[in-house]
Amino acid sequence: MLNIAKSIDGGAAAFALEGRLDTVTAPELEKELRDSLEGVSALTLDFEKLDYISSAGLRVLLSAQKTMSRQGGMKLVHVSGTIMEILEVTGFSEILTIE
Amino acid sequence: MEKQGKPSLFRESAKTVEARIEKLGEVQAFVDKLLECAACPIKTQMQIDLAIEEIFVNIAQYAYAPETGEAEIAASVRPGEVTLRFTDGGVPYDPLARLDPDVTLPADEREIGGLGIYMTKKVMDELHYERRDGKNILTMKKKL
Repeated sequence: MLNIAKSIDGGAAAFALEGRLDTVTAPELEKELRDSLEGVSALTLDFEKLDYISSAGLRVLLSAQKTMSRQGGMKLVHVSGTIMEILEVTGFSEILTIE
Repeated sequence: MEKQGKPSLFRESAKTVEARIEKLGEVQAFVDKLLECAACPIKTQMQIDLAIEEIFVNIAQYAYAPETGEAEIAASVRPGEVTLRFTDGGVPYDPLARLDPDVTLPADEREIGGLGIYMTKKVMDELHYERRDGKNILTMKKKL
C-alpha cells in the first residue's frame, strides 16, 4: 500500500510517500505525478515514511527525473539507509539529487 | 510485542498462487511470515521482498502471457540462510541470462529493462536457473 500526500504551492510541488512503492502501487504515483507536474519547476519527494522500493518504483523516479530536468529540478529528501542502498547499487544515487 | 516460543531451526513451506501481480503482496507476506520466525532484520526482509517481487512479477507478466497460470513459491529457512524457489510452467525463460544494465549512464540514456533482475542479483547471495520437466525453476539463497 502507498499513501501519497501532495502539496503544490505555485511552481513547487512536494509529494510525501508512505508505505511501499512497488509494481502494484507505482502506477498510482506515476498518475499523480503526470497530473500534477505541469508548470512545476521544483519537485520534492519525501521518502521519510517510505519503507520499500522496487524496480517499478525506480522506473517512476527515472521518468519524473527526466521530466523535471527539462522544467526545473527534482530532489529526494529523508531517504532511509535501506532505500539508499538500493539507490546506490542501481546507480540511481548518481542521477538523482538526494538531500 | 507478542512473545513467541523458541523458533524451530528448520522451517519450510510452499504456496501455489495464480501468477498475477495482484498476488504479489500475498506471496511476500507468506515468505515474510517464515522469516519473522528466523528473527530476520527488517533490512534483510526488505531485500528478500525485493527479490520476490522482481521474480514473481516477471512470471506474472511474461510466463503465460497472454493467458495466466500458476506459480509455486517454496521457502526454507535454516540457521544462517534462506532459500526461495520459484516454479512456473510457462514459456522457457532464464532471467539470469539477461545482460546487466549499465548503471553508470546519465538519466537521459538510462533504460530500465533488466534492472529488476540486476537488483535481485545484488541483494541475494546465490541465484540458479534450470528448466526441468517443462518448468522454469529459479532458486535463490540469501545468508542471514
